[in-house]
Amino acid sequence: MFVFSEAAESRIEKILAKYPFKKSAMLPLLTLAQEQEGYVTPEAMIEIGKRLGASPAYVESVCTFYTMYFTKPVGKYVIKFCINISCHLNGCDNLMDYTTNKLGIQVGETTADKKFTILREECLAACSEAPVMQVNNKYYVALTPEKVDQVLAALK
Amino acid sequence: MTQILFKGIDTPNLTSIDVYEKQGGYAALAKAFAKEPDEIVEMVKASGLRGRGGAGFPCGLKWSFLAKDVFPRYLCCNSDESEPGTCKDRELLMKTPHLCIEGMILCAYACRIETAYNYIRGEFEEYGEIMDRAIAEAYERGYLGKNIMGSGFNLEMYTHMGAGAYICGEESALLTSLEGGRGEPRMKPPFPAVEGLYAKPTIVNNTETLCVIPFIVNNGPEAYAAIGTEKSKGTKLVSVSGHVNKPGNYEIVLGTPISEIIDKFAGGIRNGNKLKAFIPGGSSVPMLPADKVDTPYDYESLVAAGSMLGSGALIVMDDTTNVVAEVLRITSFYMHESCGKCTPCREGTRWMHQILLEIQNKVGKPEQLDLLTDICDNMSFKCFCPLGDAAIAPVLSSIKYFRADYEELLASAKAPVA
Repeated sequence: MFVFSEAAESRIEKILAKYPFKKSAMLPLLTLAQEQEGYVTPEAMIEIGKRLGASPAYVESVCTFYTMYFTKPVGKYVIKFCINISCHLNGCDNLMDYTTNKLGIQVGETTADKKFTILREECLAACSEAPVMQVNNKYYVALTPEKVDQVLAALK
Repeated sequence: MTQILFKGIDTPNLTSIDVYEKQGGYAALAKAFAKEPDEIVEMVKASGLRGRGGAGFPCGLKWSFLAKDVFPRYLCCNSDESEPGTCKDRELLMKTPHLCIEGMILCAYACRIETAYNYIRGEFEEYGEIMDRAIAEAYERGYLGKNIMGSGFNLEMYTHMGAGAYICGEESALLTSLEGGRGEPRMKPPFPAVEGLYAKPTIVNNTETLCVIPFIVNNGPEAYAAIGTEKSKGTKLVSVSGHVNKPGNYEIVLGTPISEIIDKFAGGIRNGNKLKAFIPGGSSVPMLPADKVDTPYDYESLVAAGSMLGSGALIVMDDTTNVVAEVLRITSFYMHESCGKCTPCREGTRWMHQILLEIQNKVGKPEQLDLLTDICDNMSFKCFCPLGDAAIAPVLSSIKYFRADYEELLASAKAPVA
């Protein structure tokens, strides 16, 4: 059973008012559900389908199309390394190796304390500040191993 | 230095409407409302402005294709910036959101549109919040909402966040995504101007394109058309990345030689190295070798040189670069982003990736170069949307200009097991 929080409900009202057809609220509602639970649960997909007049299968097909939705639990902090060409030319591979070694996990894995998940990300559109990573959708640019250390140390 | 989009862009707090107005922001609205909507369309046509997202289609012409007398109509600003190498819209959204809003209002007035969405890529969460605040300020000032500045014109504006899919930058996939679906492209025709969002006439323009409109309305189309070359008018934001000393977004006058962009704007090649290759318009356009570096940066000259201006992303590679490794990386990207709807793209990107991986890992075979070329031929113009053609550009161009890089890896490949 999935229930949107009270805070989410008031946001849903505003979201639905943006569109002439409620199905357009699909992505925003999936985002809200993920913010609430950390990932999009099957129950949340059923609930969103009910709200927007779509089958659970349809909601799942949309959810799994987009890379920002998780369908399994992830760490408190999701670290995404951009691996596309501009970051690659500026040493993102070394930086990613450095971070996976530091945290003792492989790309795609979560630390045992559920604090960090490391992911590869395609172009994050900050190419002139490469190499780049995001932690929970916040940008960190012009990275060096020292800068990664500082960012991770500041995350409690 | 001619600056239209980046003029005063580093003014502190430009995201606030007060600061933006002090710089002359929103002055174009009164000028526009004094004219008939069609006059604005004609102005944009006369300016010669072409779409800055990648295709370079004449902007005013696109606006004039809207199905006549069919309402409601929609405007979608395409802020789904995700073409590898491109980061110009991010800077506009981050630093001058009101310029984008002003451009969107002018477009909506010219096209008689009363609902506008700004589709922003999901990873730009921080900039979506900046845009939301800016839109709220514009409502407070009466630049959005009902009867704007007593003109009788109404406009509602919203942001819509994506959720991570390169293909949603393609205009028809963007619309499907906005309707709450998987971001798969649609058959064209009908083009969005006839049947777009919710099957209604829709304009989809890139963020940078819309940000140019206030200048055209304020200064007249002649002022814009006076900048640039005969066919490539105005300025262009160029995202310079890779092996340069000062990577960044630079506003250049169209027609500026690429060598000048690299040396004068971006501070030259790093470590005093030599240029080996560059991609002039994002990963979807053919790469070029160093001897083409004097090509003027404009639509026609780049086509004549065998590439395209694309989204304006200049990716620079110095002589330490293994071109095959970079092409492998780009191909991996297209494989990942192929939506899977059509077979040539879904299978072709995967197959090319597998071959490139073998060559890079020194287990390739010489005949695979011909096979790669053959796969590209079977994808060229045979895919449902431009993603397939984009995926073959780096492969074909690298084989053409940097065959030696492939042959070196193939020559050092381990002898096949008998």
